Amino acid sequence: MALFRTSFICLLIVGMASIAQAGTLENVKKDGFLKAGTHIENPGFSALDSNGKRVGFDVDFIRAVAAAVDVPEIKYTPLTSKERLPALQSGEIDLLSRTTTHTMSRDVKLGLDFTVTTLYDGQGMMVRKELGITDAKELDGATVCLQTGSTTELNISDFFRKNNISFTPVVFDKQPDVRKAYDTGRCDVHTTDISGLAAQRSLMKNPADHVILSEVISKEPLGPVVRHGDNQWSDIVRWTIWLTMAAEEKGITQANVEEMYAKSKDPEVQRMLGKTGSLWTDLGLDKGAPVRIIKTVGNYGEIFDRNLGPKTPLRMERGLNKQWTEGGLIYAPPFR
Amino acid sequence: MSERLAPQNKVPFWRSPQGRAWMFQLCMLGGFLWLAVSMYRNTLVNLKTRGISSGFGFLGNEAGFRIGEVTGIPLPQGGLLWFLLSLVAGLAISQLISRHLKSKSERPMSSKWLSVCLLLCIGLPMLTLYIFRDSVEIVHYTESSSYFMALLTGLGNTLKVTVIGCVASTILGLLVALGRLSPNWLLSNICRWYVELNRNLPVLLQLFFWYFIVLQQLPNVRKSIDLGGWLILNKRGLYLPSLVPQQGAWLFCAAVVVGFAAVWIIHRRARRILDETGIPVKILFPSLAVLIGLPALAWLVGGQPFTLDFPVLKGFNFKGGTGLTPEFTALVVGLTVYVSAFNAEIIRSGIEAVSKGQREAARALAMNERQVMRIVILPQAMRIIVPPMTSEYLAIAKNSSLAVAIGYPEFVSVGGTILNQSGQAVEIVGVWMGVYLCISLLISFGMNIYNSKVALVER
Repeated sequence: MALFRTSFICLLIVGMASIAQAGTLENVKKDGFLKAGTHIENPGFSALDSNGKRVGFDVDFIRAVAAAVDVPEIKYTPLTSKERLPALQSGEIDLLSRTTTHTMSRDVKLGLDFTVTTLYDGQGMMVRKELGITDAKELDGATVCLQTGSTTELNISDFFRKNNISFTPVVFDKQPDVRKAYDTGRCDVHTTDISGLAAQRSLMKNPADHVILSEVISKEPLGPVVRHGDNQWSDIVRWTIWLTMAAEEKGITQANVEEMYAKSKDPEVQRMLGKTGSLWTDLGLDKGAPVRIIKTVGNYGEIFDRNLGPKTPLRMERGLNKQWTEGGLIYAPPFR
Repeated sequence: MSERLAPQNKVPFWRSPQGRAWMFQLCMLGGFLWLAVSMYRNTLVNLKTRGISSGFGFLGNEAGFRIGEVTGIPLPQGGLLWFLLSLVAGLAISQLISRHLKSKSERPMSSKWLSVCLLLCIGLPMLTLYIFRDSVEIVHYTESSSYFMALLTGLGNTLKVTVIGCVASTILGLLVALGRLSPNWLLSNICRWYVELNRNLPVLLQLFFWYFIVLQQLPNVRKSIDLGGWLILNKRGLYLPSLVPQQGAWLFCAAVVVGFAAVWIIHRRARRILDETGIPVKILFPSLAVLIGLPALAWLVGGQPFTLDFPVLKGFNFKGGTGLTPEFTALVVGLTVYVSAFNAEIIRSGIEAVSKGQREAARALAMNERQVMRIVILPQAMRIIVPPMTSEYLAIAKNSSLAVAIGYPEFVSVGGTILNQSGQAVEIVGVWMGVYLCISLLISFGMNIYNSKVALVER
């Protein structure tokens, strides 16, 4: 089945007639919906809520882009990590928002464009508390459960190789199966990005029995990806994300965005929200786009708190993902 | 009459049936080639315009990831050419023998010559392997091996499952089929339900069942079932002591093989004498003498052939020894059980298709039930059984790719990892298709040969 799906997506690459390189924006507007790829199930990032609606951190950026281009509908394609890049290459989706790590080889060789890093993450390891392990270097001989087809597999191999200790991997196709195998005791270690570990831990039988080790074994800048070659489209995605980041910096929220639009005297806020200047029309969008984006998803801080923050089951701290003004890495270029 | 027939020979080529058949075939071939070439070119152009790199050069790059289950792959280094040559020679001589026998008589090749051919085909290459044994390197995949080696390791894992699955599902299928045919009401109904249950549940579901439900009931590592270190069973798998070959291992193994071959020859000879003269020959003692004596002699000459390596609990897991992982077990058990249900039905229908009169006639000749089955029914049923069985074997090979779901590192799983690391989707999917095609063709090829052997009873 997995083989079948991947092959099918690949056939799409083989068969992709000359879909116009540029013009993703026109195509999306013409279709009336945005084709976006995301997780199958990763709570906090992209999962179905009790009403069957797709929600999550990664989903919010898709919704933000849909609001920017003003299409009423989003067509989600749930993808495994193996399928996600071919799906974007082949044109099955126009935007991939699925905790994809920005790496040089992906950026350079695969005809892809990484937009803005929405989450600065790193790969971590989760073990049972009862093992009493505090240092990842004590894991010699451990069995490690992980998901196939991601940078995770290389990082964990590098980590063990570097420290001259050994491990046995058990590799699954889907994150829920990794969790099940770890939870039933097949493995000593569950490894993926720390944010993902938090998400998976929230689904365990007894979340309190598991501890995420402090060791971070890699840099994982995660963010939405688009196809290479359509600069207008990648600019739209970039500036949509940057708008949410700048909005937090300026104190613009989902609740007060209209008020800020009407009353703010800050010239940058006025430019940002499209009241003055032609930043958004130059990008190919309409003047109402920025207010629509913030009204739909809120600012970056709101998106984070709603999906990943301490009040959610994931209980993640902002850490590196604080605004630059507070010592974090979240930094939007000037709207000028 | 002859005048009328004569002009027919002058029918222009494009109007004669053969000519037209050829033309259509050529058109078809041309069309197919055109399609293939345009697809190829289209792909290349598309990949280029999208800035996606292509080609198979990446297969030489370092893989960098680990594979959970690695079977060593014996790769002949210097002796490869000789090995291939001896293989070709063996096949060629066998072919010559079979041609020669066919021209002499209409009868199918007798089993005597068949065994000679087999011996040539297997023995010659084995002999070269033995002679060049120092140049055979057992390659174990590590993180620093290439993508190619990773694929090869995955393929090895797939083949291992396929071979074991085919053999096991055939045996299990035969037992269930005989159970269904049994006059015992209870037994036949149990077998009927076995077939219905397994045939009607999706195979992926069954794999999940075996892996996540059955095998995860086993105890944790620290509470393992332990039989004095000889057998250890827990959630991580089954651990047994492994044999570590020493210097005399080659000699010892050869002696065992020769021993078995000798027993087989003794057995056949005894049978022949019994058939021709009616005098039973006692073969138990000579057989035992050969079977035990030869290896014992080899042991004496070559020294202890193997030492045992016991699994020991060290840190998180048992180290040393050998064993089965739950992933492998779940996959083999799942596929075997699933396919055995189909095999059972095929075998049962084959047996029931042999007409009742055959059975009655055999009984009238005072054969007992076992003889009726072995000598009369099964040989006839085989002709019906073999072709559909081929499809089931193919199904095992292909369904083994479902192992990605339960974490067994077979060909598709490893390929998937490579696909994602390198991004070479088109190439990897191409390799997948090509390899499964080859496996399938090989299985059909072998089964077709076997089929032609069992079907050659018509006169």
